[in-house]
Amino acid sequence: MKDSSQVVALIPRLRRYARALVGERAGADDLVQDTLERALNKFHLWKRGTDLRAWLFTVMHNVHVNQIRSRRELLTLDAEALELPVRAAHDASLEARDVERALLRLPVEQREVLLLVVLEDLSYEEAAAALGIPIGTVMSRLSRGREKLRALMEGLPASGRLHIIK
Amino acid sequence: MSETAFTEAELQAYVDGRLPERRRMELEAHLAAHPDEAERLAAYRTQAGRLREVFAPVLDEPVPHRLALTFVPRGSRMVRVAMALGWIAVGVAVGWPVHTYIASRSAQVVEMPIARRAAIAHVTYSPEVRHPVEVGADQESHLVAWLSKRLGARVRAPNLEAAGYSLVGGRLLPGETGPVAQFMYQCKQGTRVTLYMRTEQPEHEERAFRYSDQGKVRVFYWVDRTFGYAVSSADIGKDVLYKVANTAYAQLNP
Repeated sequence: MKDSSQVVALIPRLRRYARALVGERAGADDLVQDTLERALNKFHLWKRGTDLRAWLFTVMHNVHVNQIRSRRELLTLDAEALELPVRAAHDASLEARDVERALLRLPVEQREVLLLVVLEDLSYEEAAAALGIPIGTVMSRLSRGREKLRALMEGLPASGRLHIIK
Repeated sequence: MSETAFTEAELQAYVDGRLPERRRMELEAHLAAHPDEAERLAAYRTQAGRLREVFAPVLDEPVPHRLALTFVPRGSRMVRVAMALGWIAVGVAVGWPVHTYIASRSAQVVEMPIARRAAIAHVTYSPEVRHPVEVGADQESHLVAWLSKRLGARVRAPNLEAAGYSLVGGRLLPGETGPVAQFMYQCKQGTRVTLYMRTEQPEHEERAFRYSDQGKVRVFYWVDRTFGYAVSSADIGKDVLYKVANTAYAQLNP
C-alpha cells in the first residue's frame, strides 16, 4: 500500500518535530511511536489527496495533548522557576543545548506553533488546522512565542504580558 | 513599538518570508525608518535559522526499529510482503543469511519461521528501558484478556518463577497473518526472556520442542494445535534457557 510507505518516509520529519517539542530523545520517540500507532488505527480518517504530513501532525498534536494530561513532567517549565544557563563560549553543541532548553521553556502551545511554522514550514492555515485553532490564534501564539524565545535566549526576563497562556 | 500601518500578523509573515511582494517592499521601507522594529524582526529570522540548524541532524539519524515497524496496516498482502522485507532488514542486522532465505521462497509467500520472528521481536523489545511492554504484569488479568481478544484465542502467560523469571508484562505485535503476542520475563539480575506466541493456521504442522540459534539469540520453540510458541534470550546460556522454556512448555502443553 503506497500510503503506508509515505507515512514511513515521513518518520524522520515526525522525529525532528517531536524532538524539538519534547526535548529528550526517548520521550520524543515515544511520542512518534504513539502517533504512528494512533495514525494506523485512524488511517481511514485521513482524506486521500490532502496533505498526509499535516494530518500526521494533527494526530501527533492530539497524542501529545493526551500525554501532557496524563504525564505532568511534560508540562512546560516555568521560566521563573529555573535560572537560565549561562551561555558558554562558542561551543556549537552547548549553544544547541541552549536553544533546546530555551525552547522547552515556552508554553507548549507557543512551542507547537513556532515549530510547525518555522521547523516544518507548514502554512499558517495548515498549522491552524493541525492544532484545531483559529488562524488568528496561530498568529498571536507565533508572535508571543518568538518574543519569549528571544528573551529566553538573551537571558532577559520576558515581559509579563507574554506569560498569558490559553 | 510605534504606531504602524502593519499588523503584527504581517510582521510575522514577513519574518517567515510569506508577505506578498508589494507589502514586503512597503514594510522594508517602514523598517528602514524604525531600527528597533527592524532589529526585532531580524532577531526572529536568526532565531528561525538557529532552530532549523539545531534540529536538522535529527533527519539524518537512523529511524529506530520500533518506529519503523509500527506503521504496518493489517490485511494487505503487499504490506505483509513489505513488512517481511522490513523484518529481513532487521534480520541482516542480526546477522542472518538472507540470500538463502529469499532463494528458498517465492516472493509471494514470505512466511518466516517462528524462531526467526521471535528472535527479531526479542532483540527489538527486550532492550527497551522505558517501554519494554505495553501492559505490565500488575495488570496481568487485563493483559491476558486483551491479548486473547486480539489474537482470537485464549492466551496464557505461564508462571516462570520456578525458573527464576518473573513476568514483566506483554505487548501486541503485527504478525504476518494477524496480531501476535509477546510476554516478557526478567530475572533478578535483570536479564530478559521473551515468550512469543502466535496463532497457527488450521493446516499447520505440529512441531515438537526444538532449539534454534538465531544469530546472538537462542530460541526454543514448539507448535501445538492452536499456537506456535518461542522462548528467546540473548543473554543466558542454552542450558538455563532450556530450563525456562521447559517450565513454560510444561504449563502451556500439559
